[in-house]
Amino acid sequence: MDQISINAVGRKELTTYTEYPPKGYRVRISTYWWLGRWAYLKFILRELSSVLVAWFVIETLLQVNALIAGPGAYQDFQGFLRNPVVIALNIISFFFILFHAITWFNLAPKAMAIRLGGKRVPAILIALPNYAAWLLASVIVGWLVLRG
Amino acid sequence: MTKRSNEPLLWLLFSVGGVVAALLIPVHLFLFGIAFPLGWLNAPSYDALLALARGPAGRVYLLVFCILPLFHWAHRFRYTLYDGLQIKHLNELVNTFCYGGAIVGAIVATYLVVRIP
Amino acid sequence: MAEQIALEVTRFSPERDKVPSIQAFDVPLRKEWVVLDALNYVKDRVDGSLSFRWSCRMGVCGSCGMMVNGEPKLTCATFLTDYAPGPVRVEPLKNFPVMRDLIVEITDFLGKLSKVKPWIIRAKKKPLSEGEYLQTPDELDTYRQFSMCINCLLCYAACPVYGLDPLFAGPAALALAQRYNMDSRDEGKSERLDILSQHDGIWGCTFVGECTEVCPKHVDPAGAIQQYKLTATQEWIRSLLMPWGGKS
Ligand code: SF4
Ligand code: FES
Repeated sequence: MDQISINAVGRKELTTYTEYPPKGYRVRISTYWWLGRWAYLKFILRELSSVLVAWFVIETLLQVNALIAGPGAYQDFQGFLRNPVVIALNIISFFFILFHAITWFNLAPKAMAIRLGGKRVPAILIALPNYAAWLLASVIVGWLVLRG
Repeated sequence: MTKRSNEPLLWLLFSVGGVVAALLIPVHLFLFGIAFPLGWLNAPSYDALLALARGPAGRVYLLVFCILPLFHWAHRFRYTLYDGLQIKHLNELVNTFCYGGAIVGAIVATYLVVRIP
Repeated sequence: MAEQIALEVTRFSPERDKVPSIQAFDVPLRKEWVVLDALNYVKDRVDGSLSFRWSCRMGVCGSCGMMVNGEPKLTCATFLTDYAPGPVRVEPLKNFPVMRDLIVEITDFLGKLSKVKPWIIRAKKKPLSEGEYLQTPDELDTYRQFSMCINCLLCYAACPVYGLDPLFAGPAALALAQRYNMDSRDEGKSERLDILSQHDGIWGCTFVGECTEVCPKHVDPAGAIQQYKLTATQEWIRSLLMPWGGKS
C-alpha cells in the first residue's frame, strides 16, 4: 500500500505500510577496517608480532640444527646471520617483540582481578613484578650466554 | 552436559606462550640476532654454546622456548586471519594451518633437541 | 552571539533511500551545548523529521549513543565546543543496522543480553519471609564496576569483532554476565559458563580493548572478558583433573 504524503518539512514522501519493521541498512565493514583508527592499527600490529615470534623460533631451531651438524655448519650459520637482510629482519622483529612484551605485561593485570584484604590489587603491582621478571630473565640468559 | 570446546586449552597455550615469548625472546633476539652478528658483543664459542644446550636443563629450556611461543603464534595468527581478512568461512583451513603448523614445529623442535650430541 | 558550527548528520529513510546520505545544518555554537542539544535544535527549528533517540540528557539512560566524528559517544555528554570550528559529523552507532537517520536496530543485543542470564540465579530460592540475601560492602565491590553499565552500546560500536561477526555476544553482555558471576548471592556460574564458553562467547574476543576505552561508565568490559577467560580455563583444568567431580 503505497501513498504519497506530505512530511514534516512539507516535502512529498512515499510512505509504504510495512507490517514488520524493515531490516535496516547495514554498513559493510571494509577489509581495511584496521587502518581506520590508530587503536585498531596498534591492535593488528600487536597481533602480527606473533609472526615474528614464530620467525625467531624458526631461526633458533636452525641454529640448534647447525649446532648439531658441527662447528663447520655452525660457522656457516653465523655467516647467514650476518647477512644484512637477516639482520634487518631481526631488528624489525626485535621492535615488534618488544611491543608484544610491553603490551603483554601491561594488559596482564586486566585479566587478573586479584583481591587482597577485600581490595583489588592495583594494576601497577601486578605489572611491576612482570617487568622485574623480564629484567631478571634477560640478565640470567645474558650472563649464561656471554660467560662462555 | 554440553560439549565443552577445546578453546580453554588453546587459550592456555596462547597465554603461556605469550609469557615465554615476552620474557625470553627479546634478550635472545638481541644477542643472537643483532649484537653478535654486528660484532657489538663477542659471540660464545661453538663449544660453550653446545655445553649450554646439551645439559638436561638446556634441553628442557630449548623445548619450552620453541614450542610454547609457536602455539602463541598459532592462536594469534588464526584470529588475525579471521578478522583482518574476514575469512571466517575458511575456518577449517585456517585452523589446520595455524595449529597444524605449531604441532609440526613442536615435533621438529623435539626431534632436534633430542639429537643434540 | 552569531557563532555557528556545521553539523553533518546522517539521513536515511527506509522508505525513500537505498543508502544513507549526509545532510549539513548550521547550528549555534554555544558553550553549554552538547551534540544532543544541536540535534534537538535542528529537530525543533529546522527539520522536524530528523530522528534520533534520547531521554535523560544526563548520561544515565544510555539511549543517545551515536558516532561523533567517528568516535562512539553519548551525545548528551559530548560538548560542541570540543569540536569547534567544526564540522561535527554525527552518524548512527557503528555495527548496527540503521533504521532511520540516527536510530539503530538493537534487538540483536537485547537477545544476547537475556541469553547470558543477567540476573541472580539461586539453586533454591528462599522464601520472602526469611529476608533478603545479604552482602558485605567488599563483596559488592568485587562486581560494582561491571554493574554500572547503562546499555548504551558504545562498546559494540567500538568492537571490530562484533562488527565482523554479528554472532559474537559482545562486550556489554559478557561484562554483565561477569557482573552476576562475581555476585556473592549468585549461584548460576556454571549455567552461564556453558553458554559463554562457546566460540561466540568469550573466546570470540581478541582483546582489542577499545570497548573499555569508549565506555562512558568505566565498566571495563575487556577486563571482564579476559578475567572470564581465566576462570573458564581454570574450570576446564578442574574438569580435566576431576572428570567425575560436580560442577561448582
Ligand atoms: S559496557 Fe559501557 S559502553 Fe558498553 S553498553 Fe555498558 S555502559 Fe555502554
Ligand atoms: S540522553 Fe540519556 S544517556 Fe544521553
